[in-house]
Amino acid sequence: MLRINCPFCGTRDHNEFTYGGDGSISYPELDAPMEDWIKAVFERENICGRQTETWQHTLGCRMWLRVERDTVTHEIFSVTPADPKLAVACGDDA
Amino acid sequence: MKKYSVFSLARNALDYHENWTEAWRSPEPKPEYDVIIVGGGGHGLATAYYLAKEHGITNVAVIEKGWLGGGNVARNTTIVRSNYQLEGNAFFYEKGMDLWRDLSQDLNYNVMFSPRGVINLAHNDAQVDAFQRRGNTMRLNGIDAEWMTVDQIKKKAPLLNTENMRYPVYGGLCQPKGGTARHDAVAWGYARAADDRGVDMIQNCEVTGMRIENGKILGVETTKGFIGAKKVGVAVAGHSSQVFQMAGMRLPIETHLLQAMVSEPVKPALDTVITSGAAHCYISQSDKGELVFGGDIDFYNSYAQRGNYPIIEHVVTAMCELFPAFSRLRLMRTWGGVMDMSMDGTPIIDKTPIDSLYINAGWCYGGFKATPASGWCFAHTIAQDQPHDLSSEMRLNRFETGHTLDEKGVGSTPNMH
Repeated sequence: MLRINCPFCGTRDHNEFTYGGDGSISYPELDAPMEDWIKAVFERENICGRQTETWQHTLGCRMWLRVERDTVTHEIFSVTPADPKLAVACGDDA
Repeated sequence: MKKYSVFSLARNALDYHENWTEAWRSPEPKPEYDVIIVGGGGHGLATAYYLAKEHGITNVAVIEKGWLGGGNVARNTTIVRSNYQLEGNAFFYEKGMDLWRDLSQDLNYNVMFSPRGVINLAHNDAQVDAFQRRGNTMRLNGIDAEWMTVDQIKKKAPLLNTENMRYPVYGGLCQPKGGTARHDAVAWGYARAADDRGVDMIQNCEVTGMRIENGKILGVETTKGFIGAKKVGVAVAGHSSQVFQMAGMRLPIETHLLQAMVSEPVKPALDTVITSGAAHCYISQSDKGELVFGGDIDFYNSYAQRGNYPIIEHVVTAMCELFPAFSRLRLMRTWGGVMDMSMDGTPIIDKTPIDSLYINAGWCYGGFKATPASGWCFAHTIAQDQPHDLSSEMRLNRFETGHTLDEKGVGSTPNMH
């Protein structure tokens, strides 16, 4: 069981959360070239090791979180709100 | 290669089975090969075998970082089926069924293919409609499919619970020619038969880099030094992204964890394969008597070949709902494998933008049953430098051109396929 330390609710089992995926993906502007969209939608770094990803605390506060996790050992290094403004308000500068 | 037969068994019994020869050689790598296959799992070994047998290319090496057949071909739930309905994949998997039927004779190795039928249970009206449509599509494509009523299913699997459950069984779609095969034997059989035709099995040899010049691959760097090759085919399942990163490529693939488990062995209790997409469970009984079952992936990216408790609980709950009698059995082992989940749920067998480098990846849940067809088509792709007709829609660039094969229609969410 992964245990995710939600900044709003405290440490909870990961089956309270929904996995969002690779958090490093940023979508291009709507009028960006098609290649940029293909890269963002379909291609993945698929990191073997430390990855920044998003999770939603679906059965808790329903907030989206940014989690730094190792995809081999499943160790979790940090959990911060996904919204940068909230992260700053919570005292993280992520 | 000494042929395995009832006579060789009797002959070896006379000297207490002490003189069986090794099933394959373990040679040191040559400086150069016509074809190098990276990945000594089911697909890589099948590819090497069909390269030698169908295309006469025998100067081939299979390079494996661990031992042959130690990855997903040893970790699956052994189910073989071809119940697909898109033109781009149905005939591919059906070619696999044709190969499965004669595989033991072809390889001179008993892969224990057992066409005991695969039944998909429907638990509501919408599923009944969808499964009947699937069955009709399959039959129009010449693939066997039969709709089964609850009574017919109960006759085939008397221990199955169909009524006293939250989502009762409404019926099921059966593929009678589907079934199971002995997974390890498939890898060993292909390895032995390929070795007999001259293919070198290089174990404990990890690929650490690719030598590419002017857009063409010249060979691979390995822990046993550089090995040259005219062509390189990569079939490494969950680690496809890492290997192709060495060639500077990013794939439409995410790696996820899929678990399976077995109960303690019991006397024959289930002589078909029962699957329930709604409950997320598939179950069969091995020849040893263990009940083999599995379910969903763990939903988050992972390279750990071990699972997490919530999914084990989820799968076991579903299994106990379907077969209350099995609830008293002890769970003997659980394990996990890492799946190469593609963005549309369909595999990729294709050339790559790099000359003479070929890709076989993206097998999601369905790699084992596809082993023979995958090897057949990948060998053709490598030998002829163009995709086989049966895998001609399983292209790498289909995401760019919009020709995705999304059988479930869920979009580019690899953990939903």
